[in-house]
Amino acid sequence: MKKSKNEKDAKKRYEEYVSRFTPGSRSVSNGIKAFVVGGALCSAAFVVQNFIQQNFGLESKEAGTIVTVGLIFAAQLLTGLGLYAPLAKFAGAGVIVPITGFANSMVATAMEFKSEGPVLGVGSKLFQLAGPVIVCGISVSVIVGLIYYVMGIFDFKLPWV
Amino acid sequence: MEWMEILKVFLVGGIICLIGQLLIDYTKLTPARILVIFVTAGAVLTALGLYEPLVTFGKSGATVPLPGFGYNLAKGAMNAVQTDGLMGALTGGIKETAAGITAAIFFGYLIALIFDPKPKS
Repeated sequence: MKKSKNEKDAKKRYEEYVSRFTPGSRSVSNGIKAFVVGGALCSAAFVVQNFIQQNFGLESKEAGTIVTVGLIFAAQLLTGLGLYAPLAKFAGAGVIVPITGFANSMVATAMEFKSEGPVLGVGSKLFQLAGPVIVCGISVSVIVGLIYYVMGIFDFKLPWV
Repeated sequence: MEWMEILKVFLVGGIICLIGQLLIDYTKLTPARILVIFVTAGAVLTALGLYEPLVTFGKSGATVPLPGFGYNLAKGAMNAVQTDGLMGALTGGIKETAAGITAAIFFGYLIALIFDPKPKS
């Protein structure tokens, strides 16, 4: 037993030793994949938004909302079908950082807790990851609004805005 | 729509995602924390007037990633304060992002009820 533990230690030490001489080749390829997939996702959203805007005579903001809702639905459907996890394994932050990652996290956690019931299980676990994001985002937006209000009273503007 | 425009969107969106990937690979932050950091950073940068130029330049590249969610929250609150006064600080954020949040909750709930998780192989 003791010998095998030593072997394991030696193996671990060797891996650490090697990793010092292979400067993040995995990280470089991860970074490229995240950059390309993330960029492509945003570009696709942009092209679709322009298409909707031109062909349905909508304003930029409305078309943007439609695209956002579409992205959210698509990401959640892929999650339900079990296709999002392999995608995230490949593209990493490229599909986690866009709004699709947020949408995916809701379904992914909720599905795991179906055994706890459709209301208290799925209903609450939908927010296991999305909860902190929404709570922090909305809280910051309120603080921003308050500060902006006070700045308005004193007629103060940031010099570079 | 020109190719130049699409290239700008690609660059901005790609770089924001790359930053996320670097945070995943080189820090001990979990993806959940990174999502929170991105939304919060987007809102704070918007308040400082630093995110709007990025949106003007990179369009969907700046609004589709999560900092764009923070951007919409903060911009909503600021605009609502301008039109409705103090109460706008409470109403503006959600109003601006209502469609996205509601869609995510509604579709997410339906899909989580319909589909079963895949057994992990």
